[in-house]
Amino acid sequence: MSAKLNIEVPTMAEMIARGEEPEILFWVGCAGSYDERAQKTTRDICKILHHVGIKYAVLGTEESCTGDPAKRAGNEFLFQMQAMTNIEVLNGYNIKKIVTGCPHCFNTIKNEYPGLGGTYEVIHHTQLIQDLINDGKLKAEGGESFKGKKITYHDPCYLGRGNGIYEAPRKALEVLDAQLVEMKRCKSNGLCCGAGGAQMFKEPEKGNKDINIERIEEALETNPNIVAAGCPFCMTMLSDGIKMKDQNQNVEVLDIAEITARANGL
Amino acid sequence: MISQILFIAITLAAIALFSFNLKKVIRNIKIGRPADRSDQPSKRMMTMIRVALGQSKMVVRPIPAALHFIVYVGFVIINIEVLEIMIDGVFGTHRIFGGLGSVYNFLIGSFEFLALGVWLSCAIFLIRRNILKLKRFTSPELKGWPKSDANYILFTEILLMTAFLLMNAADAKLQALGAHHYITAGAFPVSQFLQNLLPGTESSLIMIERSCWWFHIVGILCFLNYLPYSKHFHILFAFPNTYFSNLEPKGEFSNMQSVTNEVKAMLDPSFTPPEAAAGRFGAKDVNDLSWVNLMNAYTCTECGRCTSVCPANITGKLLSPRKIMMDTRDRMEEVGKNLDKGGAGFDDGKSLIDDYITREEIWACTSCNACVEACPINIDPLAIITDLRRYAVMEESQAPSSINAMLGNIENNGAPWKYSPADRLNWAKEN
Repeated sequence: MSAKLNIEVPTMAEMIARGEEPEILFWVGCAGSYDERAQKTTRDICKILHHVGIKYAVLGTEESCTGDPAKRAGNEFLFQMQAMTNIEVLNGYNIKKIVTGCPHCFNTIKNEYPGLGGTYEVIHHTQLIQDLINDGKLKAEGGESFKGKKITYHDPCYLGRGNGIYEAPRKALEVLDAQLVEMKRCKSNGLCCGAGGAQMFKEPEKGNKDINIERIEEALETNPNIVAAGCPFCMTMLSDGIKMKDQNQNVEVLDIAEITARANGL
Repeated sequence: MISQILFIAITLAAIALFSFNLKKVIRNIKIGRPADRSDQPSKRMMTMIRVALGQSKMVVRPIPAALHFIVYVGFVIINIEVLEIMIDGVFGTHRIFGGLGSVYNFLIGSFEFLALGVWLSCAIFLIRRNILKLKRFTSPELKGWPKSDANYILFTEILLMTAFLLMNAADAKLQALGAHHYITAGAFPVSQFLQNLLPGTESSLIMIERSCWWFHIVGILCFLNYLPYSKHFHILFAFPNTYFSNLEPKGEFSNMQSVTNEVKAMLDPSFTPPEAAAGRFGAKDVNDLSWVNLMNAYTCTECGRCTSVCPANITGKLLSPRKIMMDTRDRMEEVGKNLDKGGAGFDDGKSLIDDYITREEIWACTSCNACVEACPINIDPLAIITDLRRYAVMEESQAPSSINAMLGNIENNGAPWKYSPADRLNWAKEN
């Protein structure tokens, strides 16, 4: 795995200037843009897109927060300001299809933007990976072998319960020939990592435990080699949990995109 | 003849009282803001059939699901028996459907098995609540009335089923004695075992049979009138509640139209917003919530599946989605009582937030939708929590300081963290 990105990431502005149009817009999201850990996932999504030859672009500096944390925190004004500004940009570029690496961005653009004038086909990167596997464009070869490794997948709330997407991320893992183990609370019964609803940006209320500890303990009960995530916020919470439990030497927390990129030697 | 008149009078009085109280409940629900749930009627009907009638969401927990199913089927099917009791009561007949012969025998026989099933299920429910003390039945919000309410319901159902079986046992014995009026009808596979407990004389058997008959039907009418005061309302409200439940993806939060108009006006000076509806942003009190939220509150039977899956509650935080629903109902009842007294309703110096639901509770929510998913009849506590947050943030600017900082960052630099928008693509350039 290389953390470096040796490919050129095209922006919408550059593409339009060249008179070209992308097949799909990659909506990176704030975490994917700024959070160091999430940036790795972002680069791996680009590598996958590049590898399969999909013509894509990012908004780059023209992208702004979808407004998700503002909306969940109760600031509908700020949310709609962000949404309408983003919709103006997206519609200006005549965007039809969007892939995003963040379930929160995914949910917001897919479900909450249409009512404000922004209707797009929106998919999460695990759905893209599933489609590519189904179409035979993406396999698990040429890279690291995950054969026999124990992987447990943590369902992000806004992908799973929020939008009913449980199979796509699992499909991306099944192709690895690894040993998939489910946590006791999974799929529609999955336990939140603790970051949703703008909790990511505040200290938790008084209680007897942090939610991410509760969750990581459950993940560790499966004795995994890898805890798989599909959300940059879950990634932060689960990684912190692993560190708190002193298990970061034994267990890796990886995004589905990172696992896919590794398996394909990208 | 006197007993017929008495029966009709009691029944009419019970129905009248229930209608009176139901009207009040509906009035209270209508205190809520409008919400359009008239779309997709066939999908709504299917949801109701699947979730309420078919109990599809109960199966997640097989033991209570099986027990509840017995009580539910028992309740629905034994109502056929109530129909017979009604006709007999009005016309002074006895076992009017007895003429159906073997069909009738089959029906009565099945009712007896169901009655036994209901009896045992309710007994197990009582044990789960009071002896095993299952965690979700011992939460702080259940102390006092809610706990008693549950026990009264279970105990009453046991009494009603006992009366039904004793009535049948006495009846069968009277049939065997050839007592006048007691035609040979029915099969008694369960109550036959109670016959030995009963006296042998015709007069005392008639007394027992009549007392049980009256107890059974008056008991049911009393139970009906208990519903508006109880968590047990779900037996009726489960149906409209699932019919009008949210059909959109759970992750989707409603976009507030009142805000859309203002934001459009801010971004485009030529946009003239339509006449703004009065009212505040978000919810301070029950009248700021939608009627769907309020119907949810009346529908909640306090089973606690929501709270038992809530990540905040599991980790010891104050938030309990069940309490959100119970508080909403309690406040609504309080407002209703104020209105009954001709008072001002909400202007009693109290509000849903602070007087019932604390800030600590609403800010502990991760909006993970586990509570919504867990509810067997599609109640949505998250919608209420969100509206309370909206009020706190947009009307009062009272959010935890770290939330305010996050909101400030989005406003100033388009990200929840303090990073420059110019650095947004740096991830692609780092080599």
